[in-house]
Amino acid sequence: MNWASFGDFLAMGGAGFFVWMSYGACALVVIAEVWAVRRRRARAAAALRRRA
Amino acid sequence: MSSATAQPGFGLFRYAAPPAFYPLAGKLVPWFAGIAAVLTAWGLYLGFLVAPSDAQQGEVYRVIFIHVPAAWMAMFLYIVMAFWAGVGLVFNTRLSSMMAQAVAPTGALMAFLALWTGAFWGRPTWGAYWVWDARLTSTLLLLFLYLGFMALQAAIDDPRRADRAGAVLALVGAINVPVIYFSVKWWNTLHQGASIRPGGASMATPMLTAMLVMVFAFWAYAIAVILMRVRAIMLERDRDAAWVQDALGREGGRA
Repeated sequence: MNWASFGDFLAMGGAGFFVWMSYGACALVVIAEVWAVRRRRARAAAALRRRA
Repeated sequence: MSSATAQPGFGLFRYAAPPAFYPLAGKLVPWFAGIAAVLTAWGLYLGFLVAPSDAQQGEVYRVIFIHVPAAWMAMFLYIVMAFWAGVGLVFNTRLSSMMAQAVAPTGALMAFLALWTGAFWGRPTWGAYWVWDARLTSTLLLLFLYLGFMALQAAIDDPRRADRAGAVLALVGAINVPVIYFSVKWWNTLHQGASIRPGGASMATPMLTAMLVMVFAFWAYAIAVILMRVRAIMLERDRDAAWVQDALGREGGRA
């Protein structure tokens, strides 16, 4: 086990800002991309259903 | 391309037609999404709880578990995009061009993440978020190639003309991928050399395992999200085709 406490884990040995800025951006990108792709298909399907 | 059911002898080629590929892609998405979720959980567990601190860099090296997968995917997806765009250009197959179009945004995001995580790793280790170094500059060019491909396709109204123009750009830009890969050898750069080469890896085992698990997680994620996007593109581009209404009818109310 690398961390004595949760606070220790968040601190990342003083590099917390750099580590969490990286992982945070990665998480945001994944959430935003999945949301955008789902919306894109839902919109395309809705437009087609209106025409049917 | 004739009807998908007309060639029962060619199992694989059947799926080269949008009517057959659309439901297949829909079935594959949850599997790859599930694999991505499991591998991410496992990779983060290994990366944060099992892998020890780095002797030189302390804890900040843990950015590697997303930095390297993102950078590899950015390069690999560019090859995939150029391949599909090239196939669409040569054989005039619409689904290939749709695949290229579906890969580009995910590739661009991977290139962005490689640069972003690299900046937040570079600041504490090199003292700068950005330097005009060969590896960094060629990766920035990769991001611009993705964005250029997307902008070019969006700017041309006729989809088949857009596919052809995009394919030429994608194929010419492919020369940049080996430049990125070998940049750390060809030029003096701040960026460290490859940790994984044919013949061995210069990394401690738990770190390497965590990184490779994350690489496969990124792969599965990219496949899932690209299949989701190609389904949306098929609905948009084939909106006048009869199969689209059939496919939507079979899916019922699900959006």
